[in-house]
Amino acid sequence: MNYLYFLYIEFLQKHNIPQLFGDITFYFIPFCIIAAALLVVVIVLVLVERKFLGFFTQRKGPNRVGWWGLLQTIADALKLLCKENITPDKADKFLFNLAPILVFVPMFAALGVIPYSSEFTFINTSTNVILYLILAAFPVLSIFLAGWASNNKYSLFGAARCIAQVLSYELPMTFVILSVAVLASSLNLTEITLAQTSKYGAFGWFALPCILGFVIMFICMLAELNRCPFDLPEAESELICGYNTEYSGMRFAIFYLSEYAMMFANAMFLAILFLGGYLSPFGKYFFSAGPFVYFEQAFWLFLKAAVLIFIMIWIRAALPRLAIYDLLKFSWVILLPLSIINLFAAVLIKFGGAIWAA
Amino acid sequence: MMTKTTFKLNLGPQHPSTHGVLRLLLELDGEKIISCEPDVGYLHRGMEKMAEQMSYIQYLPTVDRIDYLAGFFYSELLCRIVENAMEVELPDKVRAIRVMLLELNRISSHLLWVGAFLMDLGAVSPFFYAFREREMILRYFEKISGQRMMYNYFVFGGVRHDIGFLEDVEEIISILPGKIDDYEKIITENPIFIRRTVEKGILQKEMALNNGITGVNLRASGVDFDLRFEDSLYRGFDIKTIVLDGKDSFARYKARILEMRESIKIVAQALEYLKKSGSLEQRLINPINLKLPEGDYFADIEAPRGTASCFVRSYGDKNPYRLKWRTGSYYSVNLLRKLLAGEYLNDAIAIAGSLDIILPEVDK
Repeated sequence: MNYLYFLYIEFLQKHNIPQLFGDITFYFIPFCIIAAALLVVVIVLVLVERKFLGFFTQRKGPNRVGWWGLLQTIADALKLLCKENITPDKADKFLFNLAPILVFVPMFAALGVIPYSSEFTFINTSTNVILYLILAAFPVLSIFLAGWASNNKYSLFGAARCIAQVLSYELPMTFVILSVAVLASSLNLTEITLAQTSKYGAFGWFALPCILGFVIMFICMLAELNRCPFDLPEAESELICGYNTEYSGMRFAIFYLSEYAMMFANAMFLAILFLGGYLSPFGKYFFSAGPFVYFEQAFWLFLKAAVLIFIMIWIRAALPRLAIYDLLKFSWVILLPLSIINLFAAVLIKFGGAIWAA
Repeated sequence: MMTKTTFKLNLGPQHPSTHGVLRLLLELDGEKIISCEPDVGYLHRGMEKMAEQMSYIQYLPTVDRIDYLAGFFYSELLCRIVENAMEVELPDKVRAIRVMLLELNRISSHLLWVGAFLMDLGAVSPFFYAFREREMILRYFEKISGQRMMYNYFVFGGVRHDIGFLEDVEEIISILPGKIDDYEKIITENPIFIRRTVEKGILQKEMALNNGITGVNLRASGVDFDLRFEDSLYRGFDIKTIVLDGKDSFARYKARILEMRESIKIVAQALEYLKKSGSLEQRLINPINLKLPEGDYFADIEAPRGTASCFVRSYGDKNPYRLKWRTGSYYSVNLLRKLLAGEYLNDAIAIAGSLDIILPEVDK
């Protein structure tokens, strides 16, 4: 971050603008970048998911608006913008309107926590991981608000399922994250990334010693994101549309888009914890110096996230939905013990030598 | 003071997984269903009353709409009523044509069920795969009858035109077994699918018999009952019926998959005969001023969703005095009352899906 900060101050001084102005505005710029980037990412992600689902199910997917359907999501978003926002008569109107706002705001903050490259972390605290977890759990609260405020039984079902699901899957996830924290001796995402540095590239990633943890974390992430086969909160064959049944127009679009934004953020988070974050899988970068290396680092991070997202889409095309009791049982009976075993394994890997010597 | 912990949930008539417009009035305790009250009639078109004002040939095109997924079966029933009344015996070639089309129709109906059932369970892809294969069959139906769903191809005493495009059928029956193998690979062995269907929605033999369940649902509960064996239309065909003892949703799924494989074999037999047979000879009944002799007439057939039967009381007029349809789904809907009580909501959807309920057939 210092590198960018100095660049910015230098640029301002050239134009005779006082440094105080730069000090204040510097911290707003990243979020503008995030907001712009997020929109692009989400629009691409929605299209990519629809395209891939099309390929998996022997269809073409969207291909009418723009070349290769590239403008389809933009057209959809514009359509949703123009539609009326209907608030049900007996809904809790304040909470009903608040929920879509609450789902989007933490998303921006959560994306600020991610280290995109060695110089590009907007919020860099010593306990980034915890901060990210808190921010990533926030949308669940707004989903519950949406379900509660809609005054619709299907919405309430979706909301209740969502809470039950996220509560039971946060726990194994936390244990897995703890094992990563043990391996890296840190709760800072940049330091976790750097702890995976090795001259053999991909062999230094935590996915190798913690392969069990990686799989558990991936499953928990699917549950956290309400993705298939854990899409019970919005199971369309049971609950029509789950928590957002009553939402229409842009409010619905915000829920829909935030889902994809969260998917992207979580995929990056997983890539950082287990797949070496912005590190190159070959051990060294193609660019040796200058700002290009930062772009290359961001490229690797996005590529790893993209692979994870592809797997998520693949799973969605392949699997039916779990039943609610199986879902909870799976977490408490299988994932939780396994994640604790994974934590012990991580401790042994990290401190086994020291314990043996003592 | 005790507080009331149950509440009512109105599932349908507009709901993605009620396969039409079924309304289920559920009483729920959390996600657990205490009681279920099916409410039918949202798709009632007065098919039976309508018959009383129409001559038989006028009524014939409408009967396809009783079950729009298996239209051939219902036109076959009405044709059979008239043929029996006029004492016309069908030539072998007409029989072979009808058997081939009926069995193809059965396959297309089961294919749609496979897709819709998996959709109820939350899997998207099998729906498209099943529709891809169903499309081949519908294309063929369109070629011979001009319609994809409402065929109006069978007429009293024969068929509307000679059968053609037999190479299409050949292609269908050569491709289908491999595709069904594919379904079995992605569905039958899927652990989530097994968790959600095995031991779910158990339909005991006595319960099935007492509730008038027929067809695949009954055979999956271990009762060997298949009307095709006594059917004069199927005379000379080698038919094997599928009886499974699982009693659960999985058995009903498996039975339909196996039945599709058997139907392919029957289609192959009919095709074999048709390829060798000569020109079409029919015993067409002149539909103009057609009057059935006074009396009661009854015909039944093994439709994809259970026994379908038709009853006609004629007083010797141009139109029937009373016409009554019996369809399999109607009894399956009634069964929901008993099967769904005590299940969880998401299992309830899967169980209702496994019974293959189609609402136009229920409401008529």
